[in-house]
Amino acid sequence: MLKKLFALILIGGLGLIFFQLYNQRSRREGLTKTASYYTEKGPAETRSANIVTSVVVTYRGLDTLGEVTILFAAASIIGFFLKRSEKGSKDKTIRNQSSELLQTGSMLLVPLIFLLGIYVFVNGHLSPGGGFQGGAIIASGTVLAFLANPSFEGGRTLIHILESLSGMFYVGIGVAGIFLAAGFLDNRIFPTGNVGSFISAGAIPVIYSIIGLKVGAELSAILYSLRDTKEQQ
Amino acid sequence: MIHIALAGGALLIFIGIWGMLTKKNIIRIIIGFSLFDTGLHVVLVGLGYLKNRTAPIVDADLPAKAASSQSVDPVPQAIVLTAIVIGLAVTSVLLVFALKLYQSKNTLDINKLRDNTND
Amino acid sequence: MLPVLLTILVIIMLLGGLLAVEHKSLLIGVISAGLVSLTASIIYVILAAPDVAMTEAAIGSGLSTVMFLYVLRRIKGDSNA
Repeated sequence: MLKKLFALILIGGLGLIFFQLYNQRSRREGLTKTASYYTEKGPAETRSANIVTSVVVTYRGLDTLGEVTILFAAASIIGFFLKRSEKGSKDKTIRNQSSELLQTGSMLLVPLIFLLGIYVFVNGHLSPGGGFQGGAIIASGTVLAFLANPSFEGGRTLIHILESLSGMFYVGIGVAGIFLAAGFLDNRIFPTGNVGSFISAGAIPVIYSIIGLKVGAELSAILYSLRDTKEQQ
Repeated sequence: MIHIALAGGALLIFIGIWGMLTKKNIIRIIIGFSLFDTGLHVVLVGLGYLKNRTAPIVDADLPAKAASSQSVDPVPQAIVLTAIVIGLAVTSVLLVFALKLYQSKNTLDINKLRDNTND
Repeated sequence: MLPVLLTILVIIMLLGGLLAVEHKSLLIGVISAGLVSLTASIIYVILAAPDVAMTEAAIGSGLSTVMFLYVLRRIKGDSNA
């Protein structure tokens, strides 16, 4: 009871701080300096129609690299913790078969979901979407494959290959930017083209595709690890 | 309109903190953490919203020259985009730790986890 | 019209949040947390952030819920808060 009271007092104090912050913020009509630089110069410099994409991939590309690294670290930690207990008990886990409707439907749907994911990250510079969304959609396809066939094992080696190769290519393209263009992860190492056409924005579609493959592979690896944990004894 | 979104996000943050502080089940605490995450993202995106402006994507309705006067702030959106993915990674690590804890101690109640003499 | 819609969505989101924290069953709590993410993604669309909305819909309400459910399946009984 006392604990709940303390929690309420803490939340009340936080609410007061939030309210003060909200009251004292300066009401602005336009964008901040950084944001107006990105929106003004972004389409002209990077030739990417989606300004959020140009911020994520080019202007703040180093942050995105760090973020992908965090994802890789999380997938490694989960693989490390869950892999150990899995080896001996693999044979005795009994997995229920799912219905025939789900199995047949998933055979049609899983490739289409993968295709949608690839479409989303290949078009990341033109429309809403990009590597993170496309990767998450690909991982959702993996979930459907698991639901249809609980002992689905395909693509394990593919995941490992994609995990390693996409990270290497990401850093490689970034380093190529130092030599061929203005700096690390500069997208102008390829011809930039016109805003709005599919082949445009230089390296942005390539980098976002790599991010998409990487995110999809990492999330699928996490799902594989979570599925294969040993049943409670 | 921005007030509604900001208030909703702040209240969701408070619900998340309430869940994290008062609940005893670890899974429930992780749910509270993910609610906190979502509320924070709503507040951030709400702060970047400007009235009568459109999404920062150059197309037929938003020519590149008018982008800075007619689009909302793209920076919070870019931040939240990566924060959501990091939030998922952190949540999954927390879940795996909770699972390992349950497998070794056979309970999820944080009050029963306190003694570390026998496992 | 848009502020009314936003208010309704925020109310649904907050109710989902309360349900996620307070309901006795962990399963219902996890599903409610997914509902919170789903309504949040519609709120992002209204706030002119389609990129964030796609991410939240795919990750917050899809993958995150699946991961919670995978862990819940390992933890039988003991589901009272």
